[in-house]
Amino acid sequence: MKRSKYTRPAWLSEAKTGERLTTSAMIASLAGPDQRTAPAPFGHALARLAEERPEIVGLTADLGKYTDLHIFAQKHPERFYQMGMAEQLLISAAAGMAREGFQPFATTYAVFAARRAYDFICMAIAEENLDVKIVCALPGLTTGYGPSHQATEDIAIFRGLPNMTILDPCDAHEIAQAVPAIADHKGPVYMRLLRGNVPLVLDEYGYTFELGKAKTIRDGNDVLIVSTGLMTMRALEAADALREDRVDVSVLHVPTIKPLDTETILREAGKGGRLVVVAENHTVVGGLGEAVAGLLLRSGTIPKAFRQVGLPDEFLDAGALPTLHDRYGISTNAMVRSIREWL
Amino acid sequence: MSHADSPPRPNSPSLAERAYRIRRNALLMGEVQGQGYIAQALGIADVLAVSYFHAMRYRPDDPEWEGRDRFLLSIGHYAIALYAALLEAGILPEDELASYGADDSRLPMSGMAAYTPGMEITGGSLGHGLALAVGFCLGLKRKKSESFVYCLISDGELGEGSIWEGAWSASHWKLDNLIAIVDVNNQQADGPASQVTGFEPAASRFEAFGWHVQRVDGNDIDALVRAFDAAKACSEPKPRIIICDTTMAKGIPFLEARERNHFLRVEPQEWQDAIKILDAGRPA
Repeated sequence: MKRSKYTRPAWLSEAKTGERLTTSAMIASLAGPDQRTAPAPFGHALARLAEERPEIVGLTADLGKYTDLHIFAQKHPERFYQMGMAEQLLISAAAGMAREGFQPFATTYAVFAARRAYDFICMAIAEENLDVKIVCALPGLTTGYGPSHQATEDIAIFRGLPNMTILDPCDAHEIAQAVPAIADHKGPVYMRLLRGNVPLVLDEYGYTFELGKAKTIRDGNDVLIVSTGLMTMRALEAADALREDRVDVSVLHVPTIKPLDTETILREAGKGGRLVVVAENHTVVGGLGEAVAGLLLRSGTIPKAFRQVGLPDEFLDAGALPTLHDRYGISTNAMVRSIREWL
Repeated sequence: MSHADSPPRPNSPSLAERAYRIRRNALLMGEVQGQGYIAQALGIADVLAVSYFHAMRYRPDDPEWEGRDRFLLSIGHYAIALYAALLEAGILPEDELASYGADDSRLPMSGMAAYTPGMEITGGSLGHGLALAVGFCLGLKRKKSESFVYCLISDGELGEGSIWEGAWSASHWKLDNLIAIVDVNNQQADGPASQVTGFEPAASRFEAFGWHVQRVDGNDIDALVRAFDAAKACSEPKPRIIICDTTMAKGIPFLEARERNHFLRVEPQEWQDAIKILDAGRPA
């Protein structure tokens, strides 16, 4: 039954309520219980990079601790600008500092950048092609607080913005490499951020991040999962699970959503006979899935079948993340179930 | 040579003459398009004359000279006014006036940083300028620059919340290198600004936000000179604001008298009539 504010949860009347997850479960980290993690990879990488690059400054809108920028602030207090709870100002001030020759890293939550500060990002930063990095925590469905905090459509919003480079890194290993890479790129960047104790996955695969490059993490003959952000770690877990069914899964990781690595995606999707699944922590509207679908259609590359793993075109529920990831199909188990059905 | 590198020569044009020429440039550009924000340009001409020919440092042949004072035009539709001043200042060549608003011109009808020498920001989506100015000022302070940032906003624009984010922040960061200018002409798109939502008491609102506030007749050149001098000389660690009450279409009585002059439509022969009236009142 659909949730309603006029109906008490049915389980309250049950004799045995059992264990229920709460919203605060996994609030600090997306990592599973046995997963390796690294603390605050963005904050540490930026603090390190800033030692060599005096032009870097950090700005936040009252979310320094919650975007791991506090690590930078502790190391470089005189280069940290607390702009307060004012996202339009945050973006404008970053633009002004870029005009004066600095390289600002501005942090907030993805919902506030995409929804609240969009006009300022568009006109003050993207239109002028300024060298500002916008780094945002809580991308997609990474909080159980409900739609006020769930940036399920941020990529769709920023994909329409000329000049904007869009990144959705997978893990701590990639975030640490992405920070110097985006600093080397002169122009506006929107980077989705996993914060706190961030899972470490891609180092085991000998992966190296390159801006604008999609990379095959593992190869397989039956299914090609084209994934971005945290969905790449889910895709790798799903690939392991599907191996038990003798399903051979390839995972192509696409951390740079714009500009898209069209050459690699077309080459991989063009290898015939595979189900192509695009997996993203984002609404199925306007994200990587539709970007890849459009690319394949325009180039006349028609895979055996094409499916999307992503969030539905709805305002999502509040609750515990593991529950919600299962409910909306982006947990590893849900993804495995979907792929089995599609095969 | 920056404007302020040397004192005005005895035979250099007076500020009144500069304001006259800015108005004349604006009318000539208005005639090119046949319409536009000419009433605002005529109203703000005295403020621009005092900004560019009394207060600011810049080099006409090097508009991006690091030591310049920055002039941020938040109200992008006032571009016609700023172009008129940039032409008079020699930052824009005189013969580009005729290209105003034309295809492939460097002088688009709404001001954009990527198009025009001397245009520091892209305005037009109103409410951006003051928040951007905070970034410019913080950047200049990091560089230990002595340059000032002038930021022209308008009464109607005070309705944008981002103006107040900027106002709050400028005060928090003690941005004494910021001089904001508000053009109070009491006209916005849907009618008198005082009626659309009202913007008063503008002065005490900025005072409450921690600013050094002056309010002057924005068409009184002597009063403007005193206000700009006081804003620059002020020793308080505060951002400064000069609220300028101006008359729309100042100097051209038949346009001043027109109601709803936010976006003036002027008959073809009226442009020359307006220029004749302006020329007749040219300062001695």
